Amino acid sequence: MRPAGKSDLDSLYFNYPIFAAPSREQVLANSQCKVAIVGAGPIGMFAALNLARFGVPSLLFDNKETFNDGSRAICVQRGSYQALQRAGAVKPFLDKALGWTTGRTFYKGQQILEFQMPHADNEKYLPMYNIQQQYIEQYLWDAVSATDLIETRWCSEVNGVVDTKDGVSLSVSDANGSYSCTAQWVLAADGARSSVRTQRGLRLKGSNFPGRYVIADVQMDHDYPTIRRALFDSESNPDKTILIHRQPDNIWRIDYQLPDGQSEEQAICEDSIRENVARILNDIDFDGAWELEWWSIYSANTLALDDYRDGRVIFVGDSAHIVPIFGVRGLNNGLADAENVSWKLARVLTGLSGESLLNSYSTERRGATLDVFANATKSARFMTPPTKGWTLMRDAALSLSLDHDWAGAFANPRQMEPYTYSSDGAVLSAAASLTLVKPGAFLPNEKLADDIYLSDVLGNGFTLLVLDDIDPLELAGANALLLKIDPQFELITNNLIRKRFGAAALCRVHDRLGIKQGTALMVRPDGYLAGAWKASEVDGIVGWMNATFSNTGGQ
Amino acid sequence: MSLEFCDLEVFYETLATALDAVPDAKREVFLCKLSLLMARELGDLSVAQQLIATAQSHLDET
Repeated sequence: MRPAGKSDLDSLYFNYPIFAAPSREQVLANSQCKVAIVGAGPIGMFAALNLARFGVPSLLFDNKETFNDGSRAICVQRGSYQALQRAGAVKPFLDKALGWTTGRTFYKGQQILEFQMPHADNEKYLPMYNIQQQYIEQYLWDAVSATDLIETRWCSEVNGVVDTKDGVSLSVSDANGSYSCTAQWVLAADGARSSVRTQRGLRLKGSNFPGRYVIADVQMDHDYPTIRRALFDSESNPDKTILIHRQPDNIWRIDYQLPDGQSEEQAICEDSIRENVARILNDIDFDGAWELEWWSIYSANTLALDDYRDGRVIFVGDSAHIVPIFGVRGLNNGLADAENVSWKLARVLTGLSGESLLNSYSTERRGATLDVFANATKSARFMTPPTKGWTLMRDAALSLSLDHDWAGAFANPRQMEPYTYSSDGAVLSAAASLTLVKPGAFLPNEKLADDIYLSDVLGNGFTLLVLDDIDPLELAGANALLLKIDPQFELITNNLIRKRFGAAALCRVHDRLGIKQGTALMVRPDGYLAGAWKASEVDGIVGWMNATFSNTGGQ
Repeated sequence: MSLEFCDLEVFYETLATALDAVPDAKREVFLCKLSLLMARELGDLSVAQQLIATAQSHLDET
């Protein structure tokens, strides 16, 4: 919502583009597509970009005439930056966003915890960046517009998604009337209130948390670094919590739990917002001028579909799962969903893999969601305790934290490292301890030279890191076979790293990955470790890759 | 290693006095703080969890 007298898109700092529905000629000229993506929000656009990354064209539908105004993610994690880089879209994000590593938690005005998210020289990106969702969508849209492989249809409502013999038929309506088109696959990225989900008769399952939060963006010239602040039981919101984040353009995000005795209706009227925000700003010693940009209200939920795949319709992002904001996993998980499904779907569509590879999308990403639920549930119970018991224990921990550092740990927001996938079709089951990195985990990064990191030299498809001084001739046969399984396959050896970046860089890579004598690591197109072998076992690598990913392999 | 009865009796009396000294509205949170502190000192999760279960029994008879 916006202040009285302002229209929905009348922002203090952002100009929303206005898109028109496509012409009749355009929609009739192209009524068959490989992939239809419903929802041109950040997840839908990112899926389209990732399909384009593997040469797969898509048709992107959205029923709005501009970007999202109601959803307001701001925290983008390191892992998402790496994914943005792989999709060729990270540059504008780096230029605009505010990176951060530190969080502070206060109780009754006293700081009880300062946490640092893991960061070191071997990382290319900071653990977290703050940037408004409008910019996220703008930058993704700039990348989408720049590729011929994506056709976007704004102001286009998809109101029917029906299975056909070998695909899906979509009914679409726009200002010029209705039409239908067919797709081999549909990605439903149409958000928390997904209409595709409803049309497919599917329901999210899980729980709701009782606390209600107001989320408000204000513009002010406030001199405080980009450090996340969490305030418990402050003067401005007794017994309740407040979160404060800095964003670009002097915009500050203030989330506050509804004070006791304020109903939802009261809380979202402009006067209450202004009163509550003014009290909070006073509490953090800000006495300058401020302007109200936008506000909304939300509650925490942990909801997910039982299966993210329904035949040829696949759910990505909020349409598949809704997570509490504590832990910043909504947008970040959605981006990971989009990349995960895209490289697999691209393999299926280009005939490289069989359809069953797609089952691992749901297992892997639903596993990640359930892991988020476990952590976010802990955070949500601390931020907004659901019952007397949880409130008492939370208050006891906070009270102890005034004098005891160990008790401050209860207030840690548990922003997690990327989830480790289990062996379920796209990851090798428990390999021998040839590396510190578990198969299914995100490959750690390492600095190779000024501004060049291990993640920068990985290929677009699968990459085999042979961290051993093995005779190149011994690898030639395997290389040729792996190129058949993935035409974009890349081989990186000890020799190559040593030649390009020097012996010290190679040493750092070995240390960082905890490489024992002669190890080969297969890295997936999404940066996760598929498996680890002894470097001498090239036949085993080819065999597993063939059985797992090839169309003629283990299907 | 249990506390000798005479020491336990001293703890009993100290806690009773403290419970009276704490305002009514803060008595529960006081006990929760004390439990967290004691569990941390105890250094054994399964014993601490067992003690929670033990303390839950016969509450309706008090």
